[in-house]
Amino acid sequence: MSEAIEILFTASFWVAAIRIASPLIFATMGELICERAGVLNLGIEGIMVAGAFTGWFTVYMGGDLWTGVLVAAMTGAMFGLLHGFLTVPLGLSQHVTGIGITLLASSLTYFTYRILLPEVTSPPKIEPFQPFAVPVLSDIPVLGPALFNQTPLTYLAYFTVAAVAFVLYRTPVGVAVRAVGENPSAVEAQGISVTAVRIGAVMAGSALMAIGGAFLTMSAFNSFFFEMINGRGWIAIALVVFGSWRPGKALIGAILFAAFDAYQVRLQQITGGVIPYQIFLMMPFVLSIVALVVVARRATYPKALMIPYQKGER
Amino acid sequence: MRLEARATTSGAATILWPAGAILATIVFSSVLVMIAGASPLTVFWLVFKGAAGSQFALLETLTRATPLIFTGLAVAVAFRARLWNIGAEAQLYLGAVMTVVLGTGAVTLPSAGLIPLIMMAAMLTGALTLLGPAILKTRFGVDEVVTTLLLNFIVLLFVSMLLEGPLKDPTGLGWPQSQRVIADAQLPRLIKGKRLHYGFVLAVVSAIVVWVIMKKTVLGYEMRAVGHNAEAARFAGIPVNLVIVKTALLSGGLAALAGFSEVAGLKGNLTLDLSPGYGYTGIVVAMLAMLNPLGVIAAAIFVAGIFVGADAMSRSANVPSYIAQVMVATSLLTMVAAIMLMRYRVRWR
Repeated sequence: MSEAIEILFTASFWVAAIRIASPLIFATMGELICERAGVLNLGIEGIMVAGAFTGWFTVYMGGDLWTGVLVAAMTGAMFGLLHGFLTVPLGLSQHVTGIGITLLASSLTYFTYRILLPEVTSPPKIEPFQPFAVPVLSDIPVLGPALFNQTPLTYLAYFTVAAVAFVLYRTPVGVAVRAVGENPSAVEAQGISVTAVRIGAVMAGSALMAIGGAFLTMSAFNSFFFEMINGRGWIAIALVVFGSWRPGKALIGAILFAAFDAYQVRLQQITGGVIPYQIFLMMPFVLSIVALVVVARRATYPKALMIPYQKGER
Repeated sequence: MRLEARATTSGAATILWPAGAILATIVFSSVLVMIAGASPLTVFWLVFKGAAGSQFALLETLTRATPLIFTGLAVAVAFRARLWNIGAEAQLYLGAVMTVVLGTGAVTLPSAGLIPLIMMAAMLTGALTLLGPAILKTRFGVDEVVTTLLLNFIVLLFVSMLLEGPLKDPTGLGWPQSQRVIADAQLPRLIKGKRLHYGFVLAVVSAIVVWVIMKKTVLGYEMRAVGHNAEAARFAGIPVNLVIVKTALLSGGLAALAGFSEVAGLKGNLTLDLSPGYGYTGIVVAMLAMLNPLGVIAAAIFVAGIFVGADAMSRSANVPSYIAQVMVATSLLTMVAAIMLMRYRVRWR
C-alpha cells in the first residue's frame, strides 16, 4: 500500500505524467478553440493520426524536426479547412462531418503509409526531440525535472496554453472567436464575417490537434504505428467539457488525467498481475466519463455550439 | 455565400446532386489510385469484379453487408431522434459476448428455442449498453457522443479481458478467443456450402420491421418529432426523455444483432477482431441511406461491395486495400453535402 503512495513522490512519475499530458494539451487546446467558435470538431481523432504521420514522415525523409511539426500543423489545418467548409457555410451536421473527417484522415494516412512504405514490417525510426533541461528551473526537487526537463515540444505545449488564453481573452481576434460561439448575429452586425472567423478557428484548432498527434511520433516515441492515437482525441473532447471551455482549467484537467494514466501503469506493475491489466487500461476512459458526469450539470457551454449560422436568420 | 431553402426539390436535383457526390468520390479515389501507380479504370473494374463479378463475389458482398445492415439500422434509428449513438461498435461486441455466453453450451435447447433466446438476450445486452449513455444524457445532460465513443474503448478492453479470462477457449492454444457456439445455436447457411447465412435474412427483416416502426407507429412518429425539434415535441406533450430512452434501447438492440449474427452465423466464436469497425461504418451506411431503414439495405450492400471488391483488387493490383476506407469516408462527406445542396440553394451574396 505504502508503495502505491510512494509513487506519487517520485520525480520519474511526474516526468511521465507531463509527457503523457503534452499531446493531450495540444489536442485539448485545439478542440477548445473550435468549440469556442461554435464548431464541434469530431475530426480530432483522425487529424491526430494524420499529424502523427506527416510530422514523422517529414523527419524520416530528412527534414528538420521543426519542419516536421510545421508540416503536421499544415496537414491539420487542411483537414480543418475541409471540416470548416462543410460545417460552416454549408451547415452540415457537425457530428456526421466530424466522424467523416476522422474516417477520411485516418484512412488516407494508412493508405499513404502503405504507398510510401510498402513491404515494411516494422516501422522505421527517426531521431526524435530530446529532453532539454532548462537551467536553474530543472533543479527544483520533483517538480523541476517534471516540468523543465522535457522535450521542446512539451515547452511548446505550455506556451500554446498561454497563447490560447491570451489570444482568447486579451485580443480582438479572441473576442471575435468567443463571440461567434456565443452570439454570431451580434458579430455579423459588427461587420465581421462569422464564416471567416469560424473557419479560421477550426483551422487553427485542427493544426494544434495535428501537433498533438505529431508529439507521439516525434517526442514520446520515434516511429509511427497504426492505432497509436488510441482514443486520445476523444479524451481531449471530454477534457474540454471538463475544463468548461477554459484553457487554464482544461490544462489542469489534462495534467490530472495524465497523472492518473501514469499512475495506473505503475500500479499495474506493483499489483503484479492479480488484477487483469485491461482493468487498468480501462480506467482512463472510465475516469473521463465520470468526470463528464460530475461537471455536466454546471457546464456552461458556448451557446452557439453546434448551431450553424445563417445570415439573416435568427 | 448563404443557403436558402428550396420550396420544392426538383426531380433533376434529387438525381444530379447524389450523382455528383458519387462522381466526386470516384474522381478523388482515381487520383489516389494514380498516385499509387495504377490505372483507375483497371482498379475500379477489379473492385467491381471482386464485389459482384461472380456468384462467389456477390455472396461474399452480401455476407459482409449483413453486420453493416444491423449497425446501419442502429445508427439510422438513433440519428433520426438526434441521439448520436457513435457506440454501435461497443453494442455489437457485447451482443457477441452474450451470444457466446449462452451459445457455448450453458443453455441446451432445441435450435428453434435456443436461437430466439440468444437473439433476445443479445439484443437486451446491446440495449442496456446504450441505455447508460442515454440516461446520462437525459438525467445529467452528458453529451452521448463522447460517452458512446469512450465506451467503445472500455468495451473492447472488457472483451479482451473476458477472452483472456472466463471466456477463453481452453483448447485455443493460448489465443484470446472464445469457444465455438454449439450446433443448435448456429444460424444455418442460406446456401449449402457457402458463407452467406440466415443472419442476412434476419437483417433484411429487421430493416422492414424498423421501417414499419418509423413510419407506422406512434413511437416512430415521436422519434421523428424529437429529432426534428425537441423543444416543439416537448411542447406538444411528447415525453422527450422517454422517447430518447426507447430509441436507445432499439438502437442498441439492433447493433447487438450484428454481433450475434457474426458469431452465430459466420465466425462461430468471438475474437477481438470480430468487427473491423462495423460500428463506425454503420454511420456511413445510415447517412448514405439518408436514415431510411430500407435504404440501409442498399447502402450496406454498396459499402460492403467496396470493401470486398477492394480486398480482391489489392491482391492483384498493387493498390493498398485502404483505398476502400478512403472511398467510403469520401462518399460519406460528399453525400451529406449533396443532400444539403439538394434541399438548399446556394446564394453567392
